[in-house]
Amino acid sequence: MIEFQDVTFVHQNGVKALDGVTLKIESGETVALVGENGAGKTTLVKHVTGLLKPASGRVLVDGQDTKATSTARLSRKVGVAFQNPDHQLFSESVEEEMSFALRNFGFPPEVVRNRVAWGLELFGLEEYRKSSPLVLSGGEKKRLTLACILAWDPDVVILDEPTVGQDSLQKERLAGTIKLLKSAEKTVVVVSHDIEFLWPIQPRVVVMKAGKVVGDGPAPRIMQDEALLASARVAQPQLVEFHRSLSSKPLEPFADALEARRWVEGAFRP
Amino acid sequence: MKLTNILDIEGLTFRYPEAPKEAVSHFDLHVPEGEIVVLAGPSGCGKSTLLRTVNGLIPHMYSGDYSGEVKVAGASVKGTDMRDLSQRVGFLFQNPENQIFMFTVERDVAFGLENIGVPREEMRGRVDEALRLLGIASLAQRAPHELSDGQKQRVALAGVLAMRPRLVILDEPTSLLDPKTAGDLVALVAGLRKELGTTFVVVEHRIDLLVKVADRLVVMSEGKKVLEGTPRDVLFGEEAESYGVATPSVTKLQKMLAHDGLATGGALLSPAELARELEERQR
Repeated sequence: MIEFQDVTFVHQNGVKALDGVTLKIESGETVALVGENGAGKTTLVKHVTGLLKPASGRVLVDGQDTKATSTARLSRKVGVAFQNPDHQLFSESVEEEMSFALRNFGFPPEVVRNRVAWGLELFGLEEYRKSSPLVLSGGEKKRLTLACILAWDPDVVILDEPTVGQDSLQKERLAGTIKLLKSAEKTVVVVSHDIEFLWPIQPRVVVMKAGKVVGDGPAPRIMQDEALLASARVAQPQLVEFHRSLSSKPLEPFADALEARRWVEGAFRP
Repeated sequence: MKLTNILDIEGLTFRYPEAPKEAVSHFDLHVPEGEIVVLAGPSGCGKSTLLRTVNGLIPHMYSGDYSGEVKVAGASVKGTDMRDLSQRVGFLFQNPENQIFMFTVERDVAFGLENIGVPREEMRGRVDEALRLLGIASLAQRAPHELSDGQKQRVALAGVLAMRPRLVILDEPTSLLDPKTAGDLVALVAGLRKELGTTFVVVEHRIDLLVKVADRLVVMSEGKKVLEGTPRDVLFGEEAESYGVATPSVTKLQKMLAHDGLATGGALLSPAELARELEERQR
């Protein structure tokens, strides 16, 4: 479980990035963190790994205060794929990049080999095994950081803007991976602007604005709350907008286009 | 009258040194001035390489096997030096940190203008206009490195627009922006095209943002151009999905309903338009 207790964080320039955030994320939950640029989403997730420590308040990961726990210990438990993959890639080859943390965490060589093979295959990076991570495209680098993290099997997986630079096939695969993590009872926190990507996953949605949590609930409820979305500058999913525009409609908005089609077939077929 | 093209790519093939295959292969593209063209395709399909051949990084900075021709406003990119090219082609990188480096936002936006020796008074006006267009006038005196990624992206774009290039290339410009800001940016691009006649070539995965303003959608795969047409024609075709082009969810729905005979497929509809059409047809 991840718990933020009245957490405040102030940047060096005096800007208050987090302003009294209280939030509880249970083990096994899939949570989307949304809100406009500068709302504090990335700052919030950096507190989970202990990269940032609160100015006041507490952050607890499985009951341990991040202030009293080493980042090394937290990182075994919490894997973060940051927004900008250049900040976390440093090895000479893709293969070495993936092996590095695994070896550091003390996995035996054959486990390292197997997991590297698994990760490269899952994220379509096999052909780059011997290449330098620096020759990869932005999207490929992001997939590599994600593969590195999933390989050491942390309990909590944090993805900061994972869809940036990914085409629709990669996004579908990524959504599949998130569903897989969900079924493996991992805690998944996704920071994303990509509402269309998040909507079919139907996560719990936490809305942030100016360092505060201003909305928190299941995706259908949050995504139909237009006043909330407008004030936090979050877009409404197209299918929710379509649902809203119909004069007679089912109670819940459509999770995907196929569901919408089935309903339209029933309602509009003469 | 024959339309003048701002960009002509003819039979372009490029291979990086020692690369096993060509990054761009036998590529043709002709863009009339004032169009908004969206370039899509799976990651690694050669889009970034293609863009580098337009802004001159290829062949001026990256060597490799180059054949064919790229012309901006009639002038061969190969035969034009980088300094001249920088005034014809504006380029916004995927990651704004690659193009922001001054101590204040204002100085950063002015950087390109200073380099080409624009007089002080004019520079002032152009910088202010660019800051205003992107809604970042209040950040003028801030240090760029203190800004959020979305704000940095806007600073970088302001620097590009201040140069008033006829052709602007945007490499995934909205990827770090929140949806509302991304929508604002797309509206801004459409406005600049209308007002200044600027041509935009946009690499973008979030097609949903651009379908309404783009004249043309070009899809690349393995270095080749595989699809080209209006967004409606490309997205309604059978092949777009297989090339990783993200069809907006409401377009996916419209396409299925058109197939079922429940909606028309003439033009791309917004969610509200599709709902209205369904209800009107029922009456």
